[in-house]
Amino acid sequence: MDTQFAITGRDFAISVTDTGVSRSIVKMKHNKDKTWQLTPYTMMTVTGADGDIDPFSEYIQGNVKLYSVRNAQDLTPKEVANFVRGELADALRSRGAYKVNVLVSGYDKTTGEASLYWIDYLAALTRVPFGSHGYPSYIIYSVFDREYKEDITLEEGLGIVQKCINAVQTRFMADMPNFTVKVVDAQGTRAIDIAKA
Amino acid sequence: MEYNGSAIVAMKGKNCVAIATDKRLGQRQMTIDTDFEKVFPITERTYIGLAGLATDVKTLHDRLRMRVNLYKHREERVIEPNTFANLVSHMLYEHRFGSYFVQPVIAGLNKNDQPFICSMDTIGCIDLGGNFIVSGTAAENLYGTCESLWEPDLEPEELFETISQALLNAVDRDAMSGWGAVVRIITPSGIITRDLKSRMD
Repeated sequence: MDTQFAITGRDFAISVTDTGVSRSIVKMKHNKDKTWQLTPYTMMTVTGADGDIDPFSEYIQGNVKLYSVRNAQDLTPKEVANFVRGELADALRSRGAYKVNVLVSGYDKTTGEASLYWIDYLAALTRVPFGSHGYPSYIIYSVFDREYKEDITLEEGLGIVQKCINAVQTRFMADMPNFTVKVVDAQGTRAIDIAKA
Repeated sequence: MEYNGSAIVAMKGKNCVAIATDKRLGQRQMTIDTDFEKVFPITERTYIGLAGLATDVKTLHDRLRMRVNLYKHREERVIEPNTFANLVSHMLYEHRFGSYFVQPVIAGLNKNDQPFICSMDTIGCIDLGGNFIVSGTAAENLYGTCESLWEPDLEPEELFETISQALLNAVDRDAMSGWGAVVRIITPSGIITRDLKSRMD
């Protein structure tokens, strides 16, 4: 019942997740960060089966970091996304498939472009201008389809994100009062304090 | 097989072949992407379209790319469409119990410029077909449109019109496919790639 969605402009990507952790009828935590920083310019948001999120994400995070250490150079967002998909695909038909949905967003310093990759738990990968996982996708995609156009600015992107948050809070049955919003662009990754509805 | 949705068709013409596909990637009834590649070049004159589960489309494409590159290194020549079809068939049958959920369509010209098309089921049974080959969630629809529209010895431009109309009208009746279309005509002198303007629903 977790929300994650992301939207890109030419040179920035905004990544959003809700911050609640619930188990059965109890809200366990209200301020969990579901974003995993992989390089200074690439991050991934992960939702899915409880016991799979941390092992998978830590494994990816560790290996991406290891590449940076070994090669004195970071993986680009496209390379990270393909690595994530490869690991999910290998695990899919083995004894221990990960049931996690991922959005990899990042800024490529060599091309000056931001990108977003949608990866589902079956390891289907596609590059998209905006994307979402989970039940709230039905609401969020409608907002994106209405509001998105090519080459939006960061302010316009944040406006669309706010509309998505408002729509989810109004119409989605599960209570989601808090969201983590992060931006990655030429200056790196930073969290944005977005006003809640 | 119906989880992501797809529609792929290949047709023979006069010294040319065409392969056309939709561009939808869906998650059951929800559309995720309208620019998803399902047809991939294998050599300059052979293309493979992979209909079915998107993750297996990518995995199979990556594996086939590696096998074809290895073939090229060993044999010092590019692979012929007929040989490639057997390669795909063998690879699929290796996973006889635990198969890839894809139904490939192969279209190409052999070294004598003769057209070659075929499709396979999920475990690699080759259907050499005759005039046209269809695959995907809109396969039944495509059988109908192709059977009505196809005729022998179509020139490249005529083949383009025929295959485009066959694809577009078939996917318009299938909820799981459509949302864009791309057609490739393979001729001895080169490839013509065209994006079709289609209904985005």
